[in-house]
Amino acid sequence: MKELVIISGKGGTGKTSLTACFAFLAKDKVLADCDVDAADLHILVHPRTIHEEDFRGGVKARIDAEKCSGCGTCRESCRFGAITAELVVNPLSCEGCGVCFHVCPEQAISLEEGLNGHWFISETRFGSMVHAALLPGQENSGKLVALVRNQAKVLARKQDIPLILVDGAPGLGCPVISSITGAGRVLIVTEPSLSGLHDMERAMQLVGGFRIPVSVAINKYDVNPEVAEQIEQVSARAHATVLGRIPYDPQVIRSMVHRRCVVEDGDSPANQAIRVIWERLEPDLLS
Amino acid sequence: MIISVASGKGGTGKTTIATSLATVLGSSAQLLDCDVEEPNCHILMKPVLQTCESITVPVPIVEMDKCTLCGKCGEVCRFSSIVVIGNQVLTFPEMCHGCGGCSLLCPEKAITEGCRELGVIETGLAGPVEFVHGRLRIGEAMSPPLIRAVKAKINPHKLAILDAPPGASCPVIHTVMGSDFIILVTEPTPFGLHDLKIAVEAISHLAIPLGVILNRSDVGDREVNKFCVQKGIPLLAEIPHDRQIAEGYARGNLLVVSAPQYIREFLEIYKKITELINGSKSNLKEALS
Repeated sequence: MKELVIISGKGGTGKTSLTACFAFLAKDKVLADCDVDAADLHILVHPRTIHEEDFRGGVKARIDAEKCSGCGTCRESCRFGAITAELVVNPLSCEGCGVCFHVCPEQAISLEEGLNGHWFISETRFGSMVHAALLPGQENSGKLVALVRNQAKVLARKQDIPLILVDGAPGLGCPVISSITGAGRVLIVTEPSLSGLHDMERAMQLVGGFRIPVSVAINKYDVNPEVAEQIEQVSARAHATVLGRIPYDPQVIRSMVHRRCVVEDGDSPANQAIRVIWERLEPDLLS
Repeated sequence: MIISVASGKGGTGKTTIATSLATVLGSSAQLLDCDVEEPNCHILMKPVLQTCESITVPVPIVEMDKCTLCGKCGEVCRFSSIVVIGNQVLTFPEMCHGCGGCSLLCPEKAITEGCRELGVIETGLAGPVEFVHGRLRIGEAMSPPLIRAVKAKINPHKLAILDAPPGASCPVIHTVMGSDFIILVTEPTPFGLHDLKIAVEAISHLAIPLGVILNRSDVGDREVNKFCVQKGIPLLAEIPHDRQIAEGYARGNLLVVSAPQYIREFLEIYKKITELINGSKSNLKEALS
C-alpha cells in the first residue's frame, strides 16, 4: 500500500483542488483529508457519512473553588500563564500538562478530557474517505491527523486498496509533520511567487529530514515564468522531480463553484496539465 | 491598538493585506508576522533586520547518579517525553512541552533543564515600519510558544498589525487573543466561504470585533457576501482580481506598490476599523451601564 501526501507549505496553492483531481483520476484509492482545522476536500467529493466518532485529544485543568484554599501554588507552577489572579483556569492557555494538578496541596484540581473534534468515514463519489473536523479553535490537530491517516490505512487494508491519497495541511508545524511522518511519497504543490518559493524550500527541507521521496507541481506557473524557473532549479538541487506545470486557468474556480474538479469539466489547459502530472505520478504509486 | 489579520483558508491574501496596511500607516505601525511556520511578510516588506534571538523551550536532563528509577517523571509527563524503562530514563525532547513537571516533581531532584530551540525572532525596520517576525525551526512541531514570543515584542506605542497563520486551530487563537480587531481575509469560493465560517466560529467567543476583506472578489460566486450580511459581519473592502497585483506579488511587491490607487482604500479600511472598534466599545459601555 502506498500513501501519497499532498502538501504545500504556503496555503492556497491548490493542494485540495489537485487532490480532488487525483481522486477522480485514480482507479482504486482511499481519500484522507488531513487538513483537519480547515478541511475542504469534502466540498468537491460530496461525502455521505457512514461512521462518526468523537475525538478527544487532551485534557484541561479545572479548579474546584470549594476545595481551593487560595494559596496560589498552581498559579506559580504554571508555565503557560493559564491560571488567572482569581485562580481560574483559562482553557485557551491551558496546555493540559497537569503540573497544577500535582502541586495543589488541597487536591482541588482535576484534569478533564474535553471534546476536540470529530472524525468520519464517508462514501464519496470517488470512493471511501476518512476525514475530520477539529472543533474551531481547538488543539491537538497533530494527533487527529495521525488518527485520520491510521483509519485510512485500516480502511484501505480492509477493502484491499493499494493507494491512499492524503490532502495535507498548510504550514510546517505539528499537523504537517503528522501528515508526512512515515509516508511513502510527498508531492509539494507550489506557485511561482517569491512566497511560494520560500515556503516550498522550507517544506522540502522538512520532508528531506524524513528521507521521503518528494516531487513538485507548479500551479499557475505562467503568472511568473521566471520564479517558476527558480522553482525548477531549487527542486533539481534538492533532487525533487518537477512533475508538471499547471497554467492559470479560470476554469479551476468555475468548476469549484459547481463543487466539481477541473478534470471533470471539458478540456481546459489546467485539466490537460493535471492529467499529465497524474500520468507521471501513477506508475510510481502502483509499483 | 492591535489588529490581527487572519483567514481560515490559506493563500487568500492575509500577508498582502497586512503588509499594505502597515505600509500606508507608516511610522505609526509595527508589523509582526505571527505565521511562524511559513513567514512571508519579509519578502514583501524587505526589512533591514537588526536583531536575531533564539527562542527555546526547556527540556529535561536527567542526572543518572541521583536517579533512583522510581518512575515518577514518566507518570507525571502527559506528553510521553520522559519514561523509565528498565534501568534507563529515556527522554524525547522533541515531544516535550516544557511544563517543568518532571523536574519539579522528581523526589530526588535528579532532573535539571536544558533547552530545545523552537526557532528565532528577528526584528528590524522596513522603511518607517517596525518589523518583527518569528521563524519556526524546520522540524519543530510546536508553534504557539514561538507565536507568544513574537507577540511579546508588541510595541504598545505603535499600531500593531499581526499577520496570523492560516486555519482555525490553536496557532490562530494564540495569535489573535488580545487583539482589538480581527480582519478575516477570504475569497469568493466554496473553500473560502467554508473556512471563513470556521474562522468566525473559532474566534467568536473571544468577543473581538471583526470584519471581512474579500480578495479576488470577482472570481467566484457571491456566497461570502450573503454570509456576511446574514451574520452582520461588516465587509471592509472588496479587492477584484487584478493580474498586475498577482504578478507584483509574485515578484515580492506590495499591493499598494503594484496598484497605488489602493493607498486610499487601505487608509479607508483603517478608518472603518477604528470606527468599528469605537462602536463596539460604546456598545459594551451601554451594556454595562
